Amino acid sequence: MSRLKILALLPLAVALSGCNYVVLAPAGDIAAQQRDLVIISTVLMLLIVVPVMALTVLFAWRYRQSNTSARYEPEWDHSTSLELVIWSAPLLIIVCLGALTWMGTHLLDPYRNIGRIHADRAVDQSKAPLVVDVVALDWKWLFIYPDYGIATVNELAAPIDRPINFHITASSVMNSFYIPALAGQIYAMPGMETSLHAVINHAGVYKGFSANYSGAGFSGMHFNFHGLDDKGFDAWIASAKSAGGSLGRTEYLQLEKPSQNEPVRRWGTIDSDLYRLILNMCVETGKMCQSEMMAIDAKGGLGHEGMNNTLPLAYDKYARRGSPLAPEPTFVAGTCTPDAPQGKTTASITAPIDTAPLLGAGLKRPTFAPLKSSSFFLGQRPKSDS
Amino acid sequence: MTIAVNPSQAGEPVFYLADEHPHPEGYSTSLGFWIYLMSDCLIFAMLFATFGVLGANYAAGPAPKDLFELPLVAVNTSMLLLSSITYGFAMLTMQQNKIAQTQMWLAITGLFGLAFIGIELSEFAHMIHEGATPQRSAFLSAFFTLVGTHGLHVSCGLIWLVTLMVQVWKFGLIEANRRRLMCLSMFWHFLDVVWIGVFTFVYLLGVLR
Amino acid sequence: MSPDFLKLIFGRLGLDSLPLHEPILVGTFAMVALGGITLLAGLTYFRLWGYLWREWFTTVDHKRIGIMYMILGIVMLLRGFADALMMRAQQALAFGGSDGFLPSHHYDQVFTAHGVIMIFFVAMPLVTGLMNYVVPLQIGARDVSFPFLNNFSFWMTVGGAVLVMASLFIGEFARTGWLAYPPLSNIGYSPDVGVDYYIWALQVAGVGTTLSGINLICTIVKLRCPGMTMMKMPVFTWTSLCTNVLIVASFPVLTVVLALLSLDRYVGTNFFTNDFGGSPMMYVNLIWIWGHPEVYILVLPAFGIFSEVTSTFSGKRLFGYTSMVYATVVITILSYLVWLHHFFTMGSGASVNSFFGITTMIISIPTGAKMFNWLFTMYRGRIRFELPMMWTIAFMLTFVLGGMTGVLLAVPPADFVLHNSLFLIAHFHNVIIGGVVFGAFAGINYWFPKAFGFNLDVFWGKLSFWFWVVGFYLAFMPLYVLGLMGVTRRLRVFDDPSLQIWFVIAAIGAGLVFLGILSMLMQFAVSFLKREQLKDVTGDPWDARTLEWATSSPPPDYNFAFTPVVHDNDAWWDMKKRGYQRPLTGFKPIHMPSSTGTGIILAGFATAMGFGLIWYIWWLAAASFFAMLAVGIGHTFNYHRDFDIPADDVVRAEDARTKLLVGAK
Repeated sequence: MSRLKILALLPLAVALSGCNYVVLAPAGDIAAQQRDLVIISTVLMLLIVVPVMALTVLFAWRYRQSNTSARYEPEWDHSTSLELVIWSAPLLIIVCLGALTWMGTHLLDPYRNIGRIHADRAVDQSKAPLVVDVVALDWKWLFIYPDYGIATVNELAAPIDRPINFHITASSVMNSFYIPALAGQIYAMPGMETSLHAVINHAGVYKGFSANYSGAGFSGMHFNFHGLDDKGFDAWIASAKSAGGSLGRTEYLQLEKPSQNEPVRRWGTIDSDLYRLILNMCVETGKMCQSEMMAIDAKGGLGHEGMNNTLPLAYDKYARRGSPLAPEPTFVAGTCTPDAPQGKTTASITAPIDTAPLLGAGLKRPTFAPLKSSSFFLGQRPKSDS
Repeated sequence: MTIAVNPSQAGEPVFYLADEHPHPEGYSTSLGFWIYLMSDCLIFAMLFATFGVLGANYAAGPAPKDLFELPLVAVNTSMLLLSSITYGFAMLTMQQNKIAQTQMWLAITGLFGLAFIGIELSEFAHMIHEGATPQRSAFLSAFFTLVGTHGLHVSCGLIWLVTLMVQVWKFGLIEANRRRLMCLSMFWHFLDVVWIGVFTFVYLLGVLR
Repeated sequence: MSPDFLKLIFGRLGLDSLPLHEPILVGTFAMVALGGITLLAGLTYFRLWGYLWREWFTTVDHKRIGIMYMILGIVMLLRGFADALMMRAQQALAFGGSDGFLPSHHYDQVFTAHGVIMIFFVAMPLVTGLMNYVVPLQIGARDVSFPFLNNFSFWMTVGGAVLVMASLFIGEFARTGWLAYPPLSNIGYSPDVGVDYYIWALQVAGVGTTLSGINLICTIVKLRCPGMTMMKMPVFTWTSLCTNVLIVASFPVLTVVLALLSLDRYVGTNFFTNDFGGSPMMYVNLIWIWGHPEVYILVLPAFGIFSEVTSTFSGKRLFGYTSMVYATVVITILSYLVWLHHFFTMGSGASVNSFFGITTMIISIPTGAKMFNWLFTMYRGRIRFELPMMWTIAFMLTFVLGGMTGVLLAVPPADFVLHNSLFLIAHFHNVIIGGVVFGAFAGINYWFPKAFGFNLDVFWGKLSFWFWVVGFYLAFMPLYVLGLMGVTRRLRVFDDPSLQIWFVIAAIGAGLVFLGILSMLMQFAVSFLKREQLKDVTGDPWDARTLEWATSSPPPDYNFAFTPVVHDNDAWWDMKKRGYQRPLTGFKPIHMPSSTGTGIILAGFATAMGFGLIWYIWWLAAASFFAMLAVGIGHTFNYHRDFDIPADDVVRAEDARTKLLVGAK
């Protein structure tokens, strides 16, 4: 049986000797802390797993049938003290691991603003974090830099040691935004926003991709993430600016159509409202935004008038089609309000920020608490901004 | 069931039943049917949960207060409650071995059930005609599915009821038929309980929302 | 004929639905067709149809139904494993600009089908088959509580399997991953028949599974022989009870969630759509509320098998019976409190994530206690390394690794970096192969002589064991490594050439496992040929401890001529120890249920209805539905569903056994 164990350990031995174990040797502080958690938990569990495996082999060998010198007690089936050990040893480990989990989960909550650049450097509060809006499209990634007014497809860059706030959504199906070198992943879901706070500490080019299967072009849905120094980042922004072109609603609807293995693309200017429209699934003119819909729903719907405020769906990313036993597909038509005539931008009004402090001993209250007002199990809902 | 002592070794432990009677027919049926009902209950629990999560997503469409006509639903509820009572009478007369009366009460139960289904269908038809279709919003999808699933169960109950009436008519109130009437009774009352949940959480609380 | 008319008759089924342009599928079809025709011709030639129909298809005997479940599981294992080989080959080849040999349209179906088949049509039938076969024998019963329902449940499972297999040659299977998350699985993004095949295959099989769960709970609660209190039940019966409780309390959830998805797809409701207030996250929650208990549905019976095997082959009472039972019950309950750990990355808050992370870890406490119980059962035993025990030791060494990586994945921040990666794939294969599959093989090797009256060949068994174990480690350890390199699952092509070596190793491992499967088939064949040599006349080839070994191998239709009376956990061991004398006289007629063809007919109509709904052949769906209703109601008009085995027949069977036993001495 010990051959088994050697076989089991062999790949691990090789694993520690080289190659790009990005999860174990990341370049961003969040991923590094997550790596630490992986290692500490593994070591904690090995405390019990190794003895169990060793005892299995030992007992199997020692009490084999041919070894008649070993004791044989066919009726022995209970020992209170052993039972206590059996239950309490795993319990103790789980208590430690549970405490670690509670702390780690809160500290490394992707919604939480990061508190440090790396182990021995706190965040410089005077410098604003880099904001990137991420949209998972079929099958490519769109990155919008609202502060710089540029957008790219399948290329992401960030200056080192500056916190990055990602706002993440998707256009059609679920994806997962993952740059192993930077930080753990989080789902990108249509009509909903998740976020991720992270920082990159070393310059370099890292792989990013979708970690949740999303259809035919999934394999090609990856991009390069450039960690650049400040000068390099400015140059990158400038080159994107000089790429020209403008990403507006029409261009987006064109871009959104499914395509595979897309090359890198850049736009020098963008429609500043585009991300909000994508998130609220109302890039198409005349379609009601989710935020508006949710606000109306919160007030009790549109009543009888609301029964027929749907229009046939003329636009569809794939083809016009529907269910076999249903009427033609439709969408909810947008309504006009005095301060937001159809198709125009509304002033951004955000929902009240939930300032409830974090629970858990020993945790510092974060500077900014993310939106947690949404339903308990179902993750985040988009901000209502109607 | 008596445990016969192995004759050759009196005083020794007994390892088998020498004189055994098979379990009566339908020995496990009521337990089995109960477990089935619990699994069915879970189906409704999931539909209630779905309604709970999606029930306020009107998609800028109509809300419960725009759609539900409580008086009609109250009539509907009373139909089902009455059918439960009449089923109870059917069971009572069954205990007294009165076939004709049992059949009569079963028939009345069936008529009440039919009335319930009829009213529900007309309510659905009215809503759909107005434009409040299951496709209009997640709330309406969840509503039609929850209430519709209940209606489907009642319809199955009706088919079952008719089948049992035929069987009672053909074979009388034999043991097997009594057991079946008992199972249908549990099913019928179960649907009643579920409906009380629907009435409270979907209709009453919906209108209040 | 007009297209409208054709559409009325065939729905959306047309000649172009046949995958004639895919050479792999055409080749497979040719082989399957050839094999099928040979089989059918053979059956006809040897005039076996009547025998099969009378003795097997329509049987309500739990033993035969159990065996048929096992056959179904093994046949489907071949299909599921063919998918696995294709995946491993594709991933080992698709490097450096190569596109591999599978286009995404095909590859995406392959990984979906692999998951669905392995869980629903391999693991489930194997586990259900063993429970069906063993539980009534272990509790000293003559059959299950509802024998007809048992037959019906089995054929519904077959119906689901038939639909999945049909998707191979008629149309296509889902391209969504095995849990078919919307919006991808919704009509807008998967308009083809694939997801419909998925839905109806699982719905049809799911009905069978739920009913068989109800059946076995009733059997265990009501039909235990005198003296067998709950705390004297064999551990396998205990784990079966918990598993069936889990089935009844979780499969309805699957039924609902698939029904809602089909409503979305067929009538355009908005449960899981992006728009109109639907919530795809609802689906993910609901399906994992079924999905996580499902994991324990599979693994608990395996735990039971290991308990039986360990104590039998250590020649010792099971250590800590009571804590074993409580551990099982605790796992059963906790399995409902952990579902969210499958999607920590969906963005629930930190408190929700850590709650579910910690509940998940808590499950490892009773599981760890079980592990120690097996360990201390071996302690001071006399361990015989027969095949079932070898599988058990391999399980103990493998499963702790899988358990460890599982707890690691339960730490949400660790999950953020490992979720959906090949590390996750390695983890769950580690527990499902290391736990469920090894358990099923231990069970097959253990109970085979009971079921067929002859032992399994040891040489081919050991060969199969070593191929499986070594192949497993070669196939999945590289995936752990790749996961730590940040490689995600379900990728079809790769850029980074340094990864290729690991995929090649994994492919070699899969090849070894394939040899393991072939050796196992060889083991069956060789054992059958050598059946006279390997004959078990005692009914108790392993010197075992529980009641199923008290009767002959194979057991008579009625299981026990006299219902046993139990005084101890290890009832048969106790009987042997205290000088139990097998009764030789006083036999009486035995009341038994009679066979019926209703189950297979009903399941056939259910399958046809599923097929009609998949292809939008509405007349077929409606006709099958009404036929099902009519046959079902018709069946209730049959009040005579049992018969008595005459005492003479019992005497004859028991005398034959007496002769065998005397001959053996």
